[in-house]
Amino acid sequence: MDFSSINPVLLLASLIVAATPLLLAAIGELVVEKAGVLNLGVEGMMITGAICGFAIAVNTGSPVVGLLAAAVGGAVLSMLFALLTQYALANQVASGLALTLFGLGLSSLIGQGYQGVKPPSFPRFDIPVLSDIPFIGPVLFTQDFIVYLAFFLTLGVWAVLKYSRAGLILRAVGESHDAAHALGYKVVRIRVLAILFGGACAGMGGAYISLIRVPQWTEGMTAGIGWIALALVVFASWKPWRVLLGACLFGGINVLQLNLQAAGIAIPVEILAMSPYVITIVVLVIMSADRSNAPASLGKVFHAGS
Amino acid sequence: MTGTLLKLNGLTKAYPGVVANNNVSFEIGKGEVHALLGENGAGKSTLVKMIYGLVKPNSGSMVMNGEDYAPVKPSAARQAGVAMVFQHFSLFDALNVAENIALGMENPPKMRDLAARIKEVSETYGLPLDPFRTVGDLSAGERQRVEIIRCLLQDPKLLIMDEPTSVLTPQEVDILFETLRKLSAEGTAILYISHKLEEIRTLCDNATILRLGEVVGDCVPRETTARDMAEMMVGSKLHVPERTGGDIGPVLLELNDLSVASPAEFGTALKGISMEVRSGEILGIGGVAGNGQDELLGALSGELLTKAGTIVLEGDDVSQMGPVGRRKLGLLTAPEERLGHAAAPDMSLIENAVLTGSVREGLEKNGFLKWGKARNFAETIIEKFDVRTPGPGNAARSLSGGNLQKFVIGREVLQRPDVLVVNQPTWGVDAAAAADIRQSLLDLAAAGAAIICISQDLDELMEISDHFAALNEGRLSDIRPSKGLTVDEIGLMMGGAHGMEVAHV
Repeated sequence: MDFSSINPVLLLASLIVAATPLLLAAIGELVVEKAGVLNLGVEGMMITGAICGFAIAVNTGSPVVGLLAAAVGGAVLSMLFALLTQYALANQVASGLALTLFGLGLSSLIGQGYQGVKPPSFPRFDIPVLSDIPFIGPVLFTQDFIVYLAFFLTLGVWAVLKYSRAGLILRAVGESHDAAHALGYKVVRIRVLAILFGGACAGMGGAYISLIRVPQWTEGMTAGIGWIALALVVFASWKPWRVLLGACLFGGINVLQLNLQAAGIAIPVEILAMSPYVITIVVLVIMSADRSNAPASLGKVFHAGS
Repeated sequence: MTGTLLKLNGLTKAYPGVVANNNVSFEIGKGEVHALLGENGAGKSTLVKMIYGLVKPNSGSMVMNGEDYAPVKPSAARQAGVAMVFQHFSLFDALNVAENIALGMENPPKMRDLAARIKEVSETYGLPLDPFRTVGDLSAGERQRVEIIRCLLQDPKLLIMDEPTSVLTPQEVDILFETLRKLSAEGTAILYISHKLEEIRTLCDNATILRLGEVVGDCVPRETTARDMAEMMVGSKLHVPERTGGDIGPVLLELNDLSVASPAEFGTALKGISMEVRSGEILGIGGVAGNGQDELLGALSGELLTKAGTIVLEGDDVSQMGPVGRRKLGLLTAPEERLGHAAAPDMSLIENAVLTGSVREGLEKNGFLKWGKARNFAETIIEKFDVRTPGPGNAARSLSGGNLQKFVIGREVLQRPDVLVVNQPTWGVDAAAAADIRQSLLDLAAAGAAIICISQDLDELMEISDHFAALNEGRLSDIRPSKGLTVDEIGLMMGGAHGMEVAHV
């Protein structure tokens, strides 16, 4: 065993890299669920975003355009879910599961021919002055700009939900769609917009994996991050800052266990590989003792005629 | 304060298969309190939804203050000065009072200013409210205050109130009326929807009566008897339930210091309830909704298990017994919520008959169902209780509220219960069907059963019950003979005015 090979600065920096895709997907899903819609298709939207972003980045040579394409790809796929659940009034659970399966298949189809290709790399974005602070600088302020984007997205979602009228209306729709309809709010339109936002966020989360974290394309490369994002939203009691915390915890333990594996610790690899899932869920379950925050209309079909 | 505020000309709205409103015309004057009377399904709700911009009429027009008025959405109606207090509250449980009010306003001020305004207006009209309390924790009366203040903050010219008193104690009703009179004196017109005729007689200047979507008459309520108005609503003579008078016998059901927590998130726990019901007796339990009615029914039906010894049925302790065991012993229940609790909406009437009747009617043997016998049972209910349906194979959902209610009550009554517990037996049921249901309860009691009738309709309880008690925040008041109880006494048993005061302006 050789723990000296673990560098705390690198460990924390890669923690953030591991947490970002999860945070992006989960914060998008949080908005969707706050509007009262349960979209289980996060995994499918992530993997679709991953391949859309990858393909466009390779073809245009611009990772930023790729990232935008990933957001569009995720949103377009979520549009399918929106059509099914909001207009055709289909069951949300079944539609979400179908969306995941569809996204996995679609991404392997698009991904033919992209295996082994190297994507253009993302420019690193060192924040001047701050990045020179010892220890904190290299960990927090020398990341790529998507990390900052994800952070400000969390901040933005929290502020909008808490302080703005738009956020209040969104929460109202998720709380009681009938009452919101009676007051004249466009329940379906608000929900569709929330679903599209969630799709775009999941798509970007997927592209972060294929363009930055790995970076290459392999089938099924999101490897269950979408499902973790879904669980994270529930166990974080629909609170943005807890989602951030949970994402960091998951990313941190994931990185740590990889480091421990490399250091040759005497714990079976399987247990180490399992640990991020187990520990994240245990910690969040303990924190979410107050489970009273679920939006009351979550997953219920809204029919305006009644 | 004279002149016409709103004039309706020949409003018509048809849905597939039913005309909800046909050529409805009337006028509301400035500062007038105008009653809209009619039975369930008479088209009152559709009419006010058209005025509030939620539903578009197929034909006809409205004129407000001399100008054409055709709101395409509620916000347009609100801008024109129309505000509405809904029958089923349009509130969000998880949000606080100020957030709820902001959602119903066009251009809400900043939260802090809004909170100050809420405090000011609520105190002026004697409806105190804390803007930062979560709505889910409020009582029914307080929730209605939230709705009313939401309307008042917009200085409405026309305030629509859809069945506002069904959730209030008599004292709270008095205070509400005081507030409404104040508003009317300030020039606000009020369109008041109700089927409580005595209330309309005390409050309203004019009344328009709807039946099957059409205006069938109007009257000045102060000069018309309640009976005449009721017959205009129904369109025929009313049958008043009568009791044949059975003897009060031995105690059948006994509750001893029953306490149980509520399974619902914003529910009310029952606290130390003791009572006994005798053979041949109807015990009426009043109280404002949300004071433990659902929990009491759950504890009696066996959905909620309670401490041993708290519920004793004819000498047997049934506190730890589930619904099937209790049914076997003769304790039957009919819950309030027709679709989803008392009946499974998408299952046929036969299947629904089996669901509660299988034990006592012998509709199953060795785990196999006897469909023939079940069909006969369902057909008997339909015939004896005059349930209007094409046949027992139809889904429960396809029946109208009143017909399904007759089926649900009939299903229990025909199983010859020793003790029957019903919650809101005539809620949302038209007058004729309600009279039938009450008659069947009276007949059952006369035949020797003990009946507990939980209801928010005080007139109903006074009509059928021998003894009366009220639930208030999960506690049961003293049980008193119904005969001779005054409205004031009942109101105090229900918890009085819950901290409301008369308007200060």
